[in-house]
Amino acid sequence: MSFYVVQFLSGLASAASLFLVASGLSIIFGVTRIVNFAHGAFYMVGAYLAYTLTEQLAGTFGFWAGIVLAALAVAAIGVVVEMVLLRRIYRSPELFQLLATFGLTLMVEDLVVLIWGPDDLLGRRAPGMRGAIDIFGQNLPTYDVFLIVLGPLVLGLLWLLFRRTRWGILVRAATQDRDTVAALGVNQKWLFTSVFALGVFLAALGGALQIPRDAVNHTMDLRIIVDVFVVVVIGGLGSITGAFVAAVLVSELNAFGILVFPKISIVLIFLVMAVVLVVRPWGLFGKPEAPARQMPGLTVRPWRPLSVNERLAFLVLLIAAAALPLFAGNYVLTIGAEIAIFAIFAASLHFMMAVGGLASFGHAAYFGLGSYGVAMLAKFAGLPMVACLLLGPLMGLIGAVVFGWFCVRLSGVYFAMLTLAFAQIVWSIAFQWVEVTGGDNGMLGIWPDAWVATPATFYWLSLTVAALAVGGLRWLTFSPFGYALRAMRDSPLRSESVGIDGKRVQWAAFVVAGTVAALAGAMFVYLKGSVFPDNAGIALSVDALVMVLLGGVETVSGALVGAIVYKALAIWLVSYTELSKLVLGAIIVVMVVAFPKGLVGMWEVLQARYWPGATASGKARRAEVAE
Amino acid sequence: MLRRNVLLGAALGAMLAGLAGPALAQAEIKIGEINSYSALPSFTIPYRNGWQLALEEINAAGGVNGKKLVVISKDDSGKPAEAVTAANELVSSEKVVMLTGTFFSHIGLAVSDFAKQKKIFFLAAEPLSDAVTLEKGNRYTFRLRPSNYMQASMLAEEAAKLPAKRWATVAPNYEYGQSAVAVFKKVLSAKRPDIEWVGEQWPPQGKIDAGPVVQALAATNPEAILNVTFGPDLVKFVREGNTRGLFKNRAVVSFLTGEPEYLDPLKDETPEGWIVTGYPWYDIKTPEHDKFLKAYQAKFNDYPRLGSIVGYGTMKAAAAILAKANATDTEKLIEAAKGLKMPSPLGEIYFRASDQQSTLGAYVGKTAVKDGKGVMVDSVYRDGKDFLPSEEDVAKLRPKD
Amino acid sequence: MSASTAPLLAVEGLTKSFGGVHAVRNVSFALTAGEILALIGPNGAGKTTCFNMLNGQITPDAGHIRLEGREITGLAPREVWRRGVGRTFQITATFPTMTVRENVQVVLVSHEGQIFNPWCSTPTFALAEADRLLELVGMGGFAERPCGELAYGDLKRLELAVALANRPKLLLMDEPTAGMAPRERIELMRLTARIAREQKIGVLFTEHDMDVVFEHADRVIVLNRGMLIAEGTPAEVRHDPQVRAIYLGEGLVYDARHREDSAT
Repeated sequence: MSFYVVQFLSGLASAASLFLVASGLSIIFGVTRIVNFAHGAFYMVGAYLAYTLTEQLAGTFGFWAGIVLAALAVAAIGVVVEMVLLRRIYRSPELFQLLATFGLTLMVEDLVVLIWGPDDLLGRRAPGMRGAIDIFGQNLPTYDVFLIVLGPLVLGLLWLLFRRTRWGILVRAATQDRDTVAALGVNQKWLFTSVFALGVFLAALGGALQIPRDAVNHTMDLRIIVDVFVVVVIGGLGSITGAFVAAVLVSELNAFGILVFPKISIVLIFLVMAVVLVVRPWGLFGKPEAPARQMPGLTVRPWRPLSVNERLAFLVLLIAAAALPLFAGNYVLTIGAEIAIFAIFAASLHFMMAVGGLASFGHAAYFGLGSYGVAMLAKFAGLPMVACLLLGPLMGLIGAVVFGWFCVRLSGVYFAMLTLAFAQIVWSIAFQWVEVTGGDNGMLGIWPDAWVATPATFYWLSLTVAALAVGGLRWLTFSPFGYALRAMRDSPLRSESVGIDGKRVQWAAFVVAGTVAALAGAMFVYLKGSVFPDNAGIALSVDALVMVLLGGVETVSGALVGAIVYKALAIWLVSYTELSKLVLGAIIVVMVVAFPKGLVGMWEVLQARYWPGATASGKARRAEVAE
Repeated sequence: MLRRNVLLGAALGAMLAGLAGPALAQAEIKIGEINSYSALPSFTIPYRNGWQLALEEINAAGGVNGKKLVVISKDDSGKPAEAVTAANELVSSEKVVMLTGTFFSHIGLAVSDFAKQKKIFFLAAEPLSDAVTLEKGNRYTFRLRPSNYMQASMLAEEAAKLPAKRWATVAPNYEYGQSAVAVFKKVLSAKRPDIEWVGEQWPPQGKIDAGPVVQALAATNPEAILNVTFGPDLVKFVREGNTRGLFKNRAVVSFLTGEPEYLDPLKDETPEGWIVTGYPWYDIKTPEHDKFLKAYQAKFNDYPRLGSIVGYGTMKAAAAILAKANATDTEKLIEAAKGLKMPSPLGEIYFRASDQQSTLGAYVGKTAVKDGKGVMVDSVYRDGKDFLPSEEDVAKLRPKD
Repeated sequence: MSASTAPLLAVEGLTKSFGGVHAVRNVSFALTAGEILALIGPNGAGKTTCFNMLNGQITPDAGHIRLEGREITGLAPREVWRRGVGRTFQITATFPTMTVRENVQVVLVSHEGQIFNPWCSTPTFALAEADRLLELVGMGGFAERPCGELAYGDLKRLELAVALANRPKLLLMDEPTAGMAPRERIELMRLTARIAREQKIGVLFTEHDMDVVFEHADRVIVLNRGMLIAEGTPAEVRHDPQVRAIYLGEGLVYDARHREDSAT
């Protein structure tokens, strides 16, 4: 019995650290609607700074002062980030802030290594809390007791802050309806800044408080960020109490789950999220999200099919691309094939996100299913390449049919997080089912058949598949299905009242996008010769998001440009610099500020401004003038 | 828009420049090297120091067969797909004669498979998985570092001497952890049929929730514990284990923990008396190691880690293979590498012909705290050749070429 | 009652409450083809709730809605629409990222059941019919314009075109003129009335502007606190003492013109 009590208390201590970070994220999201990917980075910098400060400052007071000072310093950094970076992009399309904070995270990962060095740092133990207390013969670390008390204490303080102060009441009002607060004459800018600062402070405090338990290192950010997102979503976005309950739920399920299933940890949190979201679409304590306001950028320049000239231009570009093997070497051709494959992948996500308004955080699931589909067919059934390429993506299709059915019932960030949950479940199956998938050692030796074995022929194959896939998706975009999908994105109310079965249309789009992503995954296997769980990993999902956002989510085919630019940059940077993350992150941040609508989106804005004749709406405008 | 064009231009320019490169050098031999420099700098930077030191020594001594040895090094970001891209760049565009490097097992396997496909020689430096030389071995791939199986056998030999009968295990939940536990269990149970395996914990790599894990292990009331966690997970596990008294009156056997990469971060919280494999550079008193240690410290003003030994040995092995082959074509390199004998800072080693595994060994000793730092004491070098998988196992497990 | 003799729309005992608040209580009325029926009442009388039940957005707690004698109670909005009911919203709901013409074309595609036909290009689908509808509501010159750029009055007219695209038998218009300038609202309602009479479409609309109501409605029904309290011709309703009391009570007899901002 005493064992279970201590196990429960240990779970509570884990929950407290998770809660601190998650509450900050929840507050920030609730008010600013920013999906702050950099939250983990702030957590990590909090830990590093606390390490440095507690090493410098002596004594008990010095330790605690170091912790608090570190959190305050990081909050100050957060203020700068908010004012310099985020303020410029609040009016950008949804999720664009994700791109900016992702860039920031990349930069921070390299920066901490530059500043603090690559080694894991062992911080000081909290003075007077090195030991353990005895609970019925079981040891519970004193520091755990401290955390167990701290969690509810912070919850209580936040509660008071939000219930008893004018600022807190404004924040709550803003969480419910941002426009009203703006209408009340509140200085929204400073409200946002202060909220961001508080959120970052909590993240950094969470990080700083880890130093007596953890080793400070440069991968802490990614270890925590996904977990806290999940906790926030399980609890319900914007709900602090929800974050607390979810943190306790997840930690306790883990603490007791490992007693029965020692391997459960890896997937448990995502299972919980999937179940919660299927049963309660807005999390445990969340409320249905108010429909997202139309972004100003979305209301202008309707999409047009390409004109004859534009089609010719694309054809010329395609022919030029097909001529690459005439003057480029094998390496460039392989890179070309990889970019083409990622163009397929990005285009498939773009179809969901831009046309369907369904931002998936777990698109890699279908890429991964496609690649494992191919690998299994090739390895276990010994099918030839063409058969594998045709049948392999069916696994992605099946996955999309099943997962999509649940996902399209949700919307917004909840949709995104459920897709993430499913992707993580796919990933952990690939990772754990060693007998079939080879676990993280992957499946090897799946190379193309002789007829496409040379880099040039494989490049042509990839280019052809990419041209067909991207062209096909574009075709679908302008088919009634694409319009119905956009209709659903623009106005679910109107769509439903003109006979469009929105959920069915979105489900179909999910399946189309998943299948095309699986096709990309299938091609990728033959490019690399192997499959690893990475092919369904979070990093790949994020890459796809970045490509789409970079290209421009409001455009018809921005993903194409986003994929080419991002992939080429990433490969080149990894090959030519050791600080590839720093440089890539900086480039992303600069691009976000310079091109807040993405590369193609910005191109269209410029085009409309300087060559109004080139666009349809420009033509219309001129026609009116002529009237 | 302008900025994008400049960037793209720069990217393309660099790629084209990369293409034009290989024309010049005839008096050079190029080796391609890949490792997870940005993903795992704390392990791979000492490794790089090691091979850079070796490279300097090789070229100072006149290079290989009168040609200067040139290493082109690439980062793989810790992802197998990017490692394959890098390998491809090295082979297709840089025209290297062999590939070396890699740390993670799955990346080592990806590059090994690439080497097989492109028929290029690959000297795997650090990946531990037995699959590299056994189940997924191929004739193009050789490995330097003692494999999982070898380390497990060294530890099991010591573990068998312990009186403990009830064993529990904790290992990161992925192939490395799983195979480490499996091999250790197999070898130890073979030596000691009386042993009972009473509990196991599989925290996710990098995300151990140490409190509950320690608690759960303690609940199975083992007499001894096998630990395979490392890095930040190990720190958390040790801290919770110390505070909660998990290690009190219990033997602990732990993979790799004696390597400075893993031991140093533990500082004064290093648990005492764990039986570990590792590299006690401060305690090795052989002339060949002294020479290496002095040169290393002079060049980098730092002490070597295990990675430094592996990096140094990898480059020396590459040079030795090239010198013996006196050619750069893959078949000749494979011929030369099989059975190749060479010196290393830890003593003479050779590459066994059957599984293409080197006989580099490891030190087995006990952890202790000295001057606020974790150290290995009572360390003994275990020569890898005594712990290789049996020839029958190799013949059974390794695919026929 | 056979379909041929049944009224176009028959509502019987419609009831809905939200958490104990009776929004609509036992409301019954009927509407014949070609008839224009106004539903009026003070703020919070239950007009929008009533509308939302008619087109299927809300399921009633009790009561029946029959279209040409066939039960449509509890059907989803898209199914109600398929049976020939068009709808405009109090706050316009259109597709801002499409052109004006495409807004209509999407509806036409849906009406033709072609949504999952991949061989069909929406921008060239049923051009003539789309343009005819736009001409009909006086939006002919705006076909290529992005819908997101339209002035509010034009959006209302576009909504009318959209609502007419499935050749409805019944048109539900929730405050069709809210937010429009006085001249525009008269034009729009004249247009609606003309189309309704020409095509024998039954129209049910709510409205705050009594001038619009009394000029165009054939009949008026009055809701107050969820209950139907009066029914008759405009003249009858205008003189109904109960109605007068309600509106007098609100201090706003017929000059409701300036109240549209505080819509229900």
